[in-house]
Amino acid sequence: MSLAIKDDEIDIVIGAIHSDLTSFMNEWRPMYSRFHIIIVKDPYLKEELKIPEGFNLDVYEKNDIDRVVGSSTLGLFSGYACRYFGYLVSRKKYIISVDDDCLPAQDPKGFLVDAVAQHITNLTTPATPFFFNTLYDPFTEGADFVRGYPFSLRSGVKCAFSCGLWLNLADHDAPTQALKARQRNSRYVDAVMTVPAGSLIPISGINIAFDREVVGPALVPALKLAGEGKFRWETMEDIWSGLCVKVACDHLGLGVKTGLPYVLRIDRGDPIASLKKEWEGVKLMEEVVPFFQSIRLSREATTVADCVVEVANAAKERLGSTDPLFARAAKAMLDWVNLWKSVGSI
Amino acid sequence: MVEPATATQTAAPVMPQLKDELDIVIPTIRNLDFLEMWRPFFQPYHLIIVQDGDPSKTIKVPPGFDYELYNRNDINKILGPKASCISFKDSACRCFGYMVSKKKYIFTIDDDCFVAKDPSGKAVNALEQHIKNILSPSTPFFFNTLYDPFRDGADFVRGYPFSLREGVPTAVSHGLWLNIPDYDAPTQLVKPLERNNRFVDAVLTIPKGTLFPMCGMNLAFDRDLIGPAMYFGLMGDGQPIGRYDDMWAGWCIKVICDHLGLGVKTGLPYIYHSKASNPFVNLRKEYKGIFWQEEIIPFFQQVVLPKDCTTVQKCYIELAKQVKEKLSKVDPYFDKLADAMVTWIKAWDELNPPTAGSSVPNGKAA
Repeated sequence: MSLAIKDDEIDIVIGAIHSDLTSFMNEWRPMYSRFHIIIVKDPYLKEELKIPEGFNLDVYEKNDIDRVVGSSTLGLFSGYACRYFGYLVSRKKYIISVDDDCLPAQDPKGFLVDAVAQHITNLTTPATPFFFNTLYDPFTEGADFVRGYPFSLRSGVKCAFSCGLWLNLADHDAPTQALKARQRNSRYVDAVMTVPAGSLIPISGINIAFDREVVGPALVPALKLAGEGKFRWETMEDIWSGLCVKVACDHLGLGVKTGLPYVLRIDRGDPIASLKKEWEGVKLMEEVVPFFQSIRLSREATTVADCVVEVANAAKERLGSTDPLFARAAKAMLDWVNLWKSVGSI
Repeated sequence: MVEPATATQTAAPVMPQLKDELDIVIPTIRNLDFLEMWRPFFQPYHLIIVQDGDPSKTIKVPPGFDYELYNRNDINKILGPKASCISFKDSACRCFGYMVSKKKYIFTIDDDCFVAKDPSGKAVNALEQHIKNILSPSTPFFFNTLYDPFRDGADFVRGYPFSLREGVPTAVSHGLWLNIPDYDAPTQLVKPLERNNRFVDAVLTIPKGTLFPMCGMNLAFDRDLIGPAMYFGLMGDGQPIGRYDDMWAGWCIKVICDHLGLGVKTGLPYIYHSKASNPFVNLRKEYKGIFWQEEIIPFFQQVVLPKDCTTVQKCYIELAKQVKEKLSKVDPYFDKLADAMVTWIKAWDELNPPTAGSSVPNGKAA
């Protein structure tokens, strides 16, 4: 049932916000060595990157970003957002992207999870967003559609996005992690499922994969918090672009899956420090979610880029006056679509 | 290869929750031997046994259980002419048990469902998990990627709005099955050997606006919140269709729960489903349903309940009206079904008269 794809259709994109990638790359070597890798260094990171030998990779640093998009756009790619530059310059169909503080996880049997293979399986088997299958992904080995699932819906739709999960340090926000300081995620949920159409989801950027040719323009580092920092607790850009992706996918009849694969996320940072510094993101979600829930895209929006433009215009109109941050996000989205058209490949 | 749990005696909970507020409803035509295995988990609770088929047959209940048993004669006596809405020769008759119960919560299970084992080998107390699911809120308005945030060791993820973190009351807890999966007849025929060996350690809320195929094999619900909508339809003897009872109820309850702001959870607990029914018999029963569901699903997806439907009964009567209007053209069966839905509500209200002060709406109409 799955599409057969070749290794050279895949790019692994890593945003380097740490300079020493030695142990990261070595731990992922069994999964990554077959593929082409794009490493984008945070343009504001001072130290030299340390990358071990033996990989097929391209590294992009501040000068490269400057050259391609101009110095005025450099700020768009600061911190975690540097990975988006990788999406822009990639010429492959599929992208797999993981934070540089995540390592391969172990499944309950003790085997290392090949997150790349699982993401690819997710993207190359259909999604089923129009009716919930109680046995989760019906295309998984040993599963199927249950009694009562309409036959006309069993061929599914193309899956454009795959959201993976995290063991150990889960992606909670700062207040939650601060309150439950010792809580770590040890529950391995052996399932992939399609997020139903019309249902919104906070897509964490920590462990994702997507069809770049289809949804690339929607992955945009638009929502930049005033105090944005180098811990996920201090960002919301992935959540915002994830909501754009979901709204566009729902409109265009594409699927988004969530669940496996897991990665192991290393303990890093102090949620209380992040909380003291900034919880603007948490407050903003109160505006962001109702906004996305109420968006209705027009029939004229037939590509993801069209959808992004409509979302951007709606954001400017409806949220621009609430907080200038939204007006900036809307502009960034429109700029991104143009950038994508000129630099990237739509 | 999964197997059912065997040594369940040591696994009984210290304090059975909701002991006096929950009834276990079991439809049966054969025997209730399976209760032996469930004894440590079920014995503290009251059972309502609905005996289908020949009423002159005696159903043996293992000793030590507190139960009431109803056969067809009892159903006819209690409901009179309204008994026509209760199916005969089909496990759909179980909904009679929901109607006569006087408790707040119902757990229903099939008599071929045994205790499952979790991956560590421990016996799964399905009832305890259903109670946990039902007593904690649901989160239908925004999907939590770590599934049920109210479970131990989980929580809401970054990006989940705080204003949505209180959740809504859970009306239904839908459990799953290891071993024989709940497949339709065509799938059973194509994959006769497939067994569900995957223990997915998750409970999740089914998002608002999303329909699902509900299975009645392992199900719990809050009678006060959604009971009147749990009608399992007209199936079996004299009816053109079977094996669509629970699914029909599932589509109705989901539409109503979405309208009233109530939650439906699915996932844990697992039971071990031991008997594979005959796929050829199933095909005969389901055959029409396979075609009809292509019309039924869009119907439910497009249903809009008016704002003045503020109770489950009002929602259900309105739904019956729309079934008659829009599905009768698919088959005259739906006309009969719509009438039976109204009869059911009348019977429900007769057997469950509102007490003073209980005519408060069940929730906010969406």
